[in-house]
Amino acid sequence: MQRDSLALAVPLAALFLVAFIAPLCVLLALSLSGDSEFGRFTLQNYVKFFTDRFNYSILIDTLLLGIKSTAVCLVFGYPIAWVAARSSPRVQSLLLFIVVLPIMTSVVVRTFAWIVILGRYGVLNQIVQSLGLTQEPLKLLYSEVGVVIVLAQVQMPLMVLPILTVLSRIDPNLSDASQALGAGAWRTLWRVTLPLSTPGIVAGCILTYAACVTAFVTQSLIGGARLVYMPLHIYQQAVGANNWPFAAALSVIFMIAVLAAVALLNTIAARAHRHA
Amino acid sequence: MAAAGHDVQIDHVSHRFADYVAVDDVSLTIDGGGLVALLGPSGCGKSTLLRIIAGFIAQSSGRILFDGAPVDHLPANRRGVGIVFQNYALFPHMTVRDNVAYGLRAQKWERDDIGPRVEEMLRRVHMAQFADRFPKQLSGGQQQRVALARCLATDPKVLLLDEPFAALDKNLRFDMQVEVKRLQHEYGITTIMVTHDQEEALAMADRIAVMSRGRLEQVASPTEIYDRPATLFVNQFVGSTNLLRGELLAQDSNGALVRLDDGTALRAADSKGLMPGAKVVVAVRPEGLVLSDNAVEGARPGRIKTVMPLGPQVAYDIETEDGAALKAVVARSGASGLREADSIVHVAPVSPAACNIFAIE
Ligand SMILES: Nc1ncnc2c1ncn2[C@@H]1O[C@H](COP(=O)(O)OP(=O)(O)OP(=O)(O)O)[C@@H](O)[C@H]1O
Ligand SMILES: [Mg+2]
Repeated sequence: MQRDSLALAVPLAALFLVAFIAPLCVLLALSLSGDSEFGRFTLQNYVKFFTDRFNYSILIDTLLLGIKSTAVCLVFGYPIAWVAARSSPRVQSLLLFIVVLPIMTSVVVRTFAWIVILGRYGVLNQIVQSLGLTQEPLKLLYSEVGVVIVLAQVQMPLMVLPILTVLSRIDPNLSDASQALGAGAWRTLWRVTLPLSTPGIVAGCILTYAACVTAFVTQSLIGGARLVYMPLHIYQQAVGANNWPFAAALSVIFMIAVLAAVALLNTIAARAHRHA
Repeated sequence: MAAAGHDVQIDHVSHRFADYVAVDDVSLTIDGGGLVALLGPSGCGKSTLLRIIAGFIAQSSGRILFDGAPVDHLPANRRGVGIVFQNYALFPHMTVRDNVAYGLRAQKWERDDIGPRVEEMLRRVHMAQFADRFPKQLSGGQQQRVALARCLATDPKVLLLDEPFAALDKNLRFDMQVEVKRLQHEYGITTIMVTHDQEEALAMADRIAVMSRGRLEQVASPTEIYDRPATLFVNQFVGSTNLLRGELLAQDSNGALVRLDDGTALRAADSKGLMPGAKVVVAVRPEGLVLSDNAVEGARPGRIKTVMPLGPQVAYDIETEDGAALKAVVARSGASGLREADSIVHVAPVSPAACNIFAIE
């Protein structure tokens, strides 16, 4: 039986090996080779990265961008999930449909729609100005604020769905019990619902974070040419500068940095949530 | 200790879910310190009524009053109602201690008072040594005691128990019943307990309210519910019973004379105001029947199908000549041994008081 179940796992393992492990090995090998001649072992690409401020500031910007977008996503996504978990099935599917909608539109169409909304003479600026909130148009497009807004919207389902799943599994009697013991809605949310939904929050944050830092199209089109994040940087090094080994080194560093961030999040969450 | 409990009044309360009437014009008054058991089959609206009293759902009509003052405008967190759920609903991410302290913190007790109060409550339910465990590290009965301590810690006006013992095995259930009864008495707290276990209701409650399809069928003391059920439903739901169909022949101040469908005549103590000629069904509890070897007046012959010795009593399953099945439970006195299966006996009610008649529509 053990043997049979191992046999069942073979196709998946093979796919994993060919489609994931092998390219990773190639990438690693490439990053450790010299500028031109493939195969000569050198650490020069890594040395170059860490000795050049420009390079690692891009990495830090990218990781921070992920944190900001994830935070915005959480702040808006948690209430959506909370409301959805409490709604009747019909309202719940409507809410979910709205949240999932961005995934179902092409990334290019969606991004250009945002350009129309965020631009200097875009919809958002016209509303803000007609309300008299500001004289000068806000600089949203080609700014980090714009990128954060768009990423948060696009990745929303990755935040909402895991949280909703966990929330709807929480025993509804718990919030009733909390209420009967004299707790108001906020205390119940803060002391009962929120702690019990941390697994969903962690999963949502990890997914959103990973998706935000690697969102090449959104970052490049909304951020413009002057805001460079790691995915674009890697692309420019590989395709623009034709420096494949350096691009490979950037990729490896980026990957490790994202994994480290995810692992950190996981440990914090596990510590906070050992018993629930 | 026995503080005077708070009176609870349920005043013509109805509740509709969409077009389904779950609670139908229920009125019930419970004096301070009383323990009322809500008894009824599954889906009859017991939990819904409890949730209305607790303030989790707003009734469609009617009022809830504590000590004469309406509480309908108060949300659940300001009603002072303690509730223990069937699944206990302990907070899984908190220790036993924090679970018990939760209500005290929510109700803004002085920090210095919370610790001693929690210890006191845990001692009362014999859970002090488990204070630092998490709920999932406890057995069902232990969780139940923590739920009780958590609920009683804040001195609720009213205690609501929704099938609190359903998940416990028989011995533990008995222990917990005794314990809850003791705590309830000690605190003098008005209690409403939902159950669909009639023995539990009979054993624990001062009064029993029997519900059926959203309506209250009868509210009375356990003995009265058992001996003088108001409706056929109550008679059948509480305890087991034999139903004999017949027609009311005559009725006077001494009771009623009924002719059963097989021709035997039978007296019932109370005619319930029915008129002669009414179609009735006579209900006799198994222990309200006597068996004799000879034909006596009012007895019908039957053949014993099964004999079940139940310790001090014996239950007989008897088939009468017209094919009706009767259950009889008789005390096993030293002299009379067991009757044999397949022997013929004559079955008659012990007394007119053992017969309850109900009209058939
Ligand atoms: N939220 C709801 N929406 C619609 N109908 C409901 C809802 N809650 C309960 N009901 C219905 O109301 C009726 C009474 O339910 P309730 O939970 O009060 O029954 P109960 O007497 O507690 O039964 P049980 O002994 O099985 O717990 C049931 O028929 C149920 O289907
Ligand atoms: Mg119920």
